[in-house]
Formats: sequence, structure tokens, C-alpha cells
Amino acid sequence: MPAAVPPFERFYEAHKAEVLRFLGRRLGRERAEDAFQETFLRALRAYPRLEHGEHLRAWVLTIAGRIVLDDVRRRRPHEELPELGTVDAGPAFQDLAPLTDDLPPKERAAVVLRYGYDLGYDDIGAALGSTEEAARQAASAGVRRLRKERT
Amino acid sequence: MTDTLSPALDERFRTAAADEGLLDVAYDVLADTPIGPLLVGVTDQGVCRITFDPEPERELELLARLYGPRVLRASRPVERLRLELGEYLDGRRRHFDVEPDLRAMPEFNRRVLARLARVEYGSTTTYGALATEVGHARAARAVGTVMNRNPVPIVLPCHRVVGASGKLVGYGGGLDRKEQLLRLEGALL
Repeated sequence: MPAAVPPFERFYEAHKAEVLRFLGRRLGRERAEDAFQETFLRALRAYPRLEHGEHLRAWVLTIAGRIVLDDVRRRRPHEELPELGTVDAGPAFQDLAPLTDDLPPKERAAVVLRYGYDLGYDDIGAALGSTEEAARQAASAGVRRLRKERT
Repeated sequence: MTDTLSPALDERFRTAAADEGLLDVAYDVLADTPIGPLLVGVTDQGVCRITFDPEPERELELLARLYGPRVLRASRPVERLRLELGEYLDGRRRHFDVEPDLRAMPEFNRRVLARLARVEYGSTTTYGALATEVGHARAARAVGTVMNRNPVPIVLPCHRVVGASGKLVGYGGGLDRKEQLLRLEGALL
């Protein structure tokens, strides 16, 4: 039997430090604080619809990841473009976000979670509401499609 | 370390969660009251939980099962209850204005507890008298069980219910506390 959904307090206490670190690495301290609150408010809104308490870490990191993408997308037009030829030390997902825009949603999510966030396929499968194997297939289909589009 | 969670950020989230009406139960632990630590829980309908000497792990599971899984510690929603309890325990309040939320109780319990709510500050009644008042004259023992399972002691004054002989009989928070509350109200001596 899958684990029951824990009281939200337990879930929040178990993951809040990691979520803030995750957001801090990608957005910087100041923006991470707003994104932190938004992540857990979104989690709270969706919480009554959870059917079990498995893979909650991957679930909340996925929510945080979406908020990072929204934030980056919102701000990108106002940011100066990096000069050509500089080494981009930004996080991997920033490179992936624009590249993967045209992928089907599931493949895009799998590619970003795998290569942008370094989540395992079991966590990705859980986050996408499917299986580890389906997540692996979606990620590799996405990568194949990207290669084709690039050539 | 630049990315540790500050108490201010933690508090900001908890307050926002409550302000947006996203919680099934907001709770807090009042660590130092004159009657010891209390866990208090409120829903959007009223006070659903007051527990003496709480074991939070067990309490949170119970609250989640009864009211929904969005159970979060948040001080602002319990502020009014905290104030009223403080005034009561200080001898400055005789009646609670906060409403109890008895949704999760069976019908019989709700009826007995509704009658209990009318037992006045500083007075006592008996298990048998309460049973008679809800139309089950021989159900004194069942009334005792309802008192024992009162989810919101103090606010619903089960400490004012004693045995027919005048003995205190029992109390979920221990007989010492029952005596302490009755003394506070001037009902003993």
C-alpha cells in the first residue's frame, strides 16, 4: 500500500530547506524567497488532490522547477543577452528552457527534469504521474527530437 | 551559508497560507500556560482542538484524518483563541466568544456538548443531570465518555461536570487540572 499523504506540516518541514537551496542556486537569494513562498502555496492548493504520499520530494521540486522557469521566462526579455563567446556558468536548465520550448509537454518536462535538475527517472516518473520507464522513454524521445531539430 | 531558511521567511509562508484560506486546520502550541502546554487547533468554522500535554506527531495525524491533510502550524489564526484562553486563565474572562467546531463529532456527542456549553462559569453539574437534559436519563456513563472525548476542553467546560456524590471523578487533562480550573472559577472550597 502506498504511503498516506502526511499532514502538510510534516511535508513542509521535510522539504523546505532543500526547496530553498534549490531555488537559491537558480534564482539567487532574493528572488528565491518569493519563489519559495509561491512553491509551497501552490503545493498547498494541490495537496488535497494527492492520492498518496509517495515521491513528494520530486513533486515539490517539480513545482519549484516550474516556478523557476516562469520566473526566468518573465525576466528574460529585460535581461541583457550574454555576449557571444562567453562561458555561460548559469544553471543547466537555463540553457534547456529555450531549447525545449517546442517539445511536447511530457517530453519537455522529462528532459528538463533529467538534464536541468538532475532528477532520477523514478522521481521524474512520479512527478509526471507515470512510471520510471515512461519517464526514461519520454526523456530520450525528447533528446532525439532536439537532435533532429538542431540538424 | 546564504540559503538557510530564516524564521521570517518561514513565518511569512505560514501567514500567507492562512490568509489565503488554504488550511484545513491551523494549529499552534502554547508552551507555557498556567495549566501547562496546550496544542490548539482552529478551522474556518471555529476551535476544533485543545489538547493538554500534546504529542504533536499524533495530534497532526488525528487532525488530518478528521479535517483534511492541510494541517499547518500558524500563529495568526489561533491568535483570538490564545487571547481568550489567556484572559480566562488569568481570571479576567468568564465566557468564550470563539465558537467550537464540532463537525467531526457524532450526533450524540454534539448534543451533549451543546448542552455542556450552557453550564455557567463557577457552577458544576453532574453526568446524570446532563444525561437527563439530553433525554437519556440512564446514559450518565455515555455522557462521561463524551466528556472524556471533548475535543475542546476549557472552551467547552467539561471540568464543570462532576459525579453525583460531588467527587471530581475524571478529566482528560488529569484531575489536578480539573481541580485547578474549578478553583480558578471559585467553584471549589
